[in-house]
Amino acid sequence: MAEVALRGVSKRFGAVEAVADLSLTIAHGEFVVLLGPTGAGKTTTLRLIAGLERPDRGMIAIDGRDATHETPAERDVTMVFQHYSLYPHMTVRENLAFPLRSPVLRTPEETIRTRVHQVAETLQIAHKLDNRATALSGGEMQRVAIGRALVRNPAIHLMDEPLSSLDAKLRADLRVELKRIQADLGATILYVTHDQIEAMTMATRIGVLDAGRLVQVGSPREIYENPVSLYVAGRLGQPRINTLPADLFPGAPAGAATIALRPEHVRQGSGRPARVERVERLGDQTRLHLTLDGHAIVTLAEVHTDLEPGDTLPVEPQNALYFDATGARIA
Amino acid sequence: MSGYSITEPSRRTKWLAGVLVAAYAVITLIPLLWIIATGFKSNTDAIAYPPKVVFTPTLEGYVNLFTVQNRATPAQLAENPPETWYDRIVADRGMVISGPSRFGERFINSVIIGFGSTFLSVLLGTLAAYAFSRYRVPLKDDLLFFILSTRMMPPIAVAIPIFLMFRWAGLSDTHAGMILLYTAVNLSLAVWLLKGFIDEIPREYEEAALIDGYTRFQAFVKIVLPQAATGIASTAIFCLIFAWNEYAFAVLLTSGTAQTAPPFIPTIIGVGGRDWPAVAAGATLFLVPVMVFTILLRRHLLRGITFGAVRK
Ligand SMILES: Nc1ncnc2c1ncn2[C@@H]1O[C@H](COP(=O)(O)OP(=O)(O)OP(=O)(O)O)[C@@H](O)[C@H]1O
Ligand SMILES: [Mg+2]
Repeated sequence: MAEVALRGVSKRFGAVEAVADLSLTIAHGEFVVLLGPTGAGKTTTLRLIAGLERPDRGMIAIDGRDATHETPAERDVTMVFQHYSLYPHMTVRENLAFPLRSPVLRTPEETIRTRVHQVAETLQIAHKLDNRATALSGGEMQRVAIGRALVRNPAIHLMDEPLSSLDAKLRADLRVELKRIQADLGATILYVTHDQIEAMTMATRIGVLDAGRLVQVGSPREIYENPVSLYVAGRLGQPRINTLPADLFPGAPAGAATIALRPEHVRQGSGRPARVERVERLGDQTRLHLTLDGHAIVTLAEVHTDLEPGDTLPVEPQNALYFDATGARIA
Repeated sequence: MSGYSITEPSRRTKWLAGVLVAAYAVITLIPLLWIIATGFKSNTDAIAYPPKVVFTPTLEGYVNLFTVQNRATPAQLAENPPETWYDRIVADRGMVISGPSRFGERFINSVIIGFGSTFLSVLLGTLAAYAFSRYRVPLKDDLLFFILSTRMMPPIAVAIPIFLMFRWAGLSDTHAGMILLYTAVNLSLAVWLLKGFIDEIPREYEEAALIDGYTRFQAFVKIVLPQAATGIASTAIFCLIFAWNEYAFAVLLTSGTAQTAPPFIPTIIGVGGRDWPAVAAGATLFLVPVMVFTILLRRHLLRGITFGAVRK
């Protein structure tokens, strides 16, 4: 558990600038989530911190010391890989014990046994401890991979979409569990996900990456309510934020090219008449697909709404977000 | 695999495949069985025509293989009555054992040179293959092609230069010389075979081990080697078979101290007329080490295909 800081870090693969001039400080005990579409440089950022890639420029500090040239073992980090889980020639138990047996830690066998058991209980894999790592379901493999990180108490946990192949219930359980571990043990975590619920519920701060650049860092609420650009605004929100020409509604500020509307920005009952195209009842929410002057708008209705396709519903923006032609926020 | 799956061949296909494999095995094994049988025949049975399938087994061939004998007069025999079972076998033909033959030594030479060069080939081959697979080696492709190109002509084509080199370096008829030679010939095969196997092991396993607190070398030993076990086992078998059976260089470069079994076995024929049972006995014993080695490593060959724990 320690502070981890990236200062002006860049990494290029041939013509691709995977990470560009990235600066980010992850405070002790923080849970930082990295968001960004595929290829944005999330995995590369984690690999740079782990020491699996050397930065072309910049420096990486762990716990106050310059770790830029340290080996992965010296950095004292864990990593849950995106496409990878386990050592195939070992059992689950051996996999979990492997980091504890390293020459760096040299844990006594007694401690190893209790740690492995604790973690296996937490992740609900205690009954699979003697399975070969290859004789597990995808979700079980992923839990063991998380377990291999949790047996240790490192400077920082790096997790690359660790819950992505789990079912909804297990994912929800582990979300709570990871958050609890982080809160109880004061663990520092840098976490990559595409899942909005994970990002919103677990993060103390979210960093948004765009083509290797960190475009905004802030609390989940800041990122959601106060995005600096159209790109950031598009990262979060279910249903997705609606982007429309600014002149579709009156009252756009000068220079605005785009108006972006989340469901809560769409006031229903007054304003311009939109046509209801489709009503999607998802159980906990009901989505309305509207068209206005040929532009599609998706918003939420009351769960048991009477609206039906073909109906007309007047809508107007309320506290909407405005962006200029380059996508920068202006209001 | 249990139960039925669409990728599992049907019962009939399996049965047919079984019959074909069995038939092939019988055809290839008959000459081998004939050699083994000949080793237990008497000299007359061995050259009997029509060939004898049923015969009274005797260890005469094996005794002849391991001993040097002299003719003895009945008086001498009466004076020194045979004491052991092998003395008796020899005495029945009016001979006495005057000492052990060279076969034992030659066989041990084969073991030292065969296994020594196999060990070296696999050790160096694994290290080189790992380096080629994982590191940015300058001129990598050219080096790999060069290594392969050493196999583009039969090794014996360079026999004369090697003969001269060995004489100049004092390696003629030495164990070290033969081990070096067979290692040099086998190394290109070992590097290429093993590189293929190591390329298949995802780097992420090693990266995970580095993060888990291990050094590069420890990760190599604990993660790469176990997963390359199949490759290492099959490479070792290929290398051993080549070094074990090699004849031409052995004839050319060894004559005494370091002579291996292959050039020695044919010389048995000359020892006491046409002693086919002794030759067959030598050939039979000669087969054993490679067979045992292969059977010991079989576990790795069959178990090799692990479905890696990689999430795709
Ligand atoms: N070893 C490499 N060699 C060449 N290019 C690479 C390498 N690793 C990453 N890249 C490139 O760097 C960019 C960032 O890759 P990275 O893996 O960090 O993306 P990511 O944000 O993790 O994406 P995803 O969500 O798909 O996992 C991509 O354009 C990728 O093609
Ligand atoms: Mg990634």
